[in-house]
Amino acid sequence: MAANKHDKEDHEYGTTGHEWDGIQEWNNPLPRWWLWSFYLCIIWGIGYVIAYPAWPLINGATPGLLGYSTRAEVAEEIERFDVANAPMEALLNETPLADVEQNPELNDFAKNAGQAVYNTWCVQCHQAGGAGAKGYPVLVDNDWLWGGTIDDIYLTVNHGIRTEDDMDTRYSQMPAYGDFMSDEEISSLVAYVQTISGQDADTTLAETGSQLFYDNCAACHGDAGTGDIFQGAPDLTDRIWLFGGDEAALTETITNARFGVMPSWSARGMSEADIRAVSLYVHQLGGGE
Amino acid sequence: MSDSQQAPQLYAAREPIFPKRVYGRFRNLKWLIMIVTLGIYYITPWLRWDRGAELPDQAVLIDLASRRFYFFWIEIWPYEFYFIGGLLIMAGLGLFLFTSALGRVWCGYTCPQTVWVDLFILVERWIEGDRNARLRLQRQKKWDLRKLRLRVTKWLTWLLIAVSTGGAWVFYFTDAPQLAVDLLTFNAHPVAWSTILVMTATTFIFGGFMREQVCNYMCPWPRIQAAMMDTDTLTVAYRHWRGEPRGKLRKNEAPDTKGDCIDCMACVNVCPAGIDIRDGQQMECITCALCIDACDEIMDKIGKPRGLIAYMALKDEVSETAGETPVSPWKHIFRLRTMIYTGLWSLIGVGLMFMLFIRSDIDISVAPVRSPVYITMADGSIRNAYDVRLRNKHGEERSFSLLANADEAVLLEVEGSDDGTVTVAADELRTIRVYLTVGEDADAASAALTDMRIWITDEGNGDRAHADTVFNGRG
Repeated sequence: MAANKHDKEDHEYGTTGHEWDGIQEWNNPLPRWWLWSFYLCIIWGIGYVIAYPAWPLINGATPGLLGYSTRAEVAEEIERFDVANAPMEALLNETPLADVEQNPELNDFAKNAGQAVYNTWCVQCHQAGGAGAKGYPVLVDNDWLWGGTIDDIYLTVNHGIRTEDDMDTRYSQMPAYGDFMSDEEISSLVAYVQTISGQDADTTLAETGSQLFYDNCAACHGDAGTGDIFQGAPDLTDRIWLFGGDEAALTETITNARFGVMPSWSARGMSEADIRAVSLYVHQLGGGE
Repeated sequence: MSDSQQAPQLYAAREPIFPKRVYGRFRNLKWLIMIVTLGIYYITPWLRWDRGAELPDQAVLIDLASRRFYFFWIEIWPYEFYFIGGLLIMAGLGLFLFTSALGRVWCGYTCPQTVWVDLFILVERWIEGDRNARLRLQRQKKWDLRKLRLRVTKWLTWLLIAVSTGGAWVFYFTDAPQLAVDLLTFNAHPVAWSTILVMTATTFIFGGFMREQVCNYMCPWPRIQAAMMDTDTLTVAYRHWRGEPRGKLRKNEAPDTKGDCIDCMACVNVCPAGIDIRDGQQMECITCALCIDACDEIMDKIGKPRGLIAYMALKDEVSETAGETPVSPWKHIFRLRTMIYTGLWSLIGVGLMFMLFIRSDIDISVAPVRSPVYITMADGSIRNAYDVRLRNKHGEERSFSLLANADEAVLLEVEGSDDGTVTVAADELRTIRVYLTVGEDADAASAALTDMRIWITDEGNGDRAHADTVFNGRG
């Protein structure tokens, strides 16, 4: 009778001696090709170490015969994108900003590029998505200090606001009325501003405040308090406050004044295409006029 | 426990296997399955299906670049991956079903490894001859002109099959006729070339040289399948009680001293896994049933009934040995376990068909923009922004109008559109920014969250779809 290789007595190699719940393990040899594949991996590994950066040294690593580097690859990729983007950037630079939206491809390009610029340089103050913060205007609402048309926004990004390093920046300054007004006068002004912005306030105080407002504030904020975008004077009648609209915040503002500064991005070396792109991005965040 | 005398060998060379030609019903079934499966594999990419000018006309196409899967009249988008998931679950359950009913039937008949090895062995036999001729050629140490010619012819034919196998694979991923032209003019993408190279190499090596090693050492399926078999599973088995003691009857021996097995080794010689089925169930057996054909042929010749080796449930082997009548194979196949598998399998199948028929060819999804959560406008009204994705799964450009549906007046505006309508190109996804605004005194403005529904209507045919979302107020 032929030997049955599954009978333990006849088996060429016996078992390993391991047993689990009556299940035993044959001590079968590994397939030889498996050993070859192991040696092949070693040979491959040696080749890899020679061809590619491998052994760590004190400053860096062995470069490898192929001279490959991930940094160089990234640089190459950036270079490739720069070359690919160049025609679109050129087109963006020569297209009037107001006309960009009519070219969907260019508009998409500008919005995506603008988002990248925004998330790199603007998001620190104006917050993600243009949500704004106290002292840093919200960019998604319909209230603009210096104007919300695409050209206004471009001007603001390009030259900044009240910045020292750009001659073309837009500049205005509110006086600190604490220096020449009494506390009573200031609180009557506060009461008047609260009244015109739809808040409850002392009517007699507000009455006094209205004359003070006309004499001191209307030159910039307008007779009705609706502001003036040419001077960056906020609209005092709406629901949007840059530094807060309650009594304490208004008292603080009138007493000490405010002086918000935005950098000039052209002075900081941002490219024309980037400035245009981020302006278009902000304009299309939801508040653009 | 290990008491073997010699030191165990650590590595063993593969023992070459020379399966002999066999005739019979299972062999014929396997030829048929080979023709059908290889036919499907090679021909499918060349079938055309008209989907209009904008879309590819390949019947089965996995378009990785545009992230679409086309299957005749069905088009699957990436977000509908649950269809693929469902099909994979069905494939899994199908394997469970077939394994519990018929053992390793997948391995024996339809596994690509088995089919291609079968094809490679066929080529081998055509060129080098049947088992004995191949054995002689293998044992012949001297590489004379004849051996060289036979081997080179065989390898080149294998390589040709391997190249066309690897070549057919890439046609599933791009327009086949165009790629064929690109390949012939050496203009194809490097990815196509490297895929063909890898597929060619694996087909050539696995089909020509590794063969049963792939099943024994590389493939997890046999191990998993073994766990799914039970004593009711039909599998290829040797009727021990009938065959033993095996051997040829000598002149002076009484007829009943030997079993039906004449130890002719026909079953061993035809086995592509190189095992002896008479040793019982073993992990190498792929249940290709060729030993059944081989044995039946011998039984016919010696005038004994067929079925010394046959499909049999392990349970029946025991009862037959004890002299009882075996249970009908159908009773083994239709048992609770297989019925549960069939039930689950059909349930998912019906579910997928249902999903396929009710899915609309427009689709909308809405994601509220969280930064900022809400926006106070100059007049005190509250605005929320949403990213709305519109999918037009149609071969033509369509125009949609949008409408917000809530308990109170809501103003809906679309960024970049004056009239609130949006055009989506054929078979495209478009993301738009939508604003919903409620007045300063509205309930939605003061509440923390209010439910909203956004409707889209196809301006052409009036088809509608909607998505639910929330509105964030000051609360």
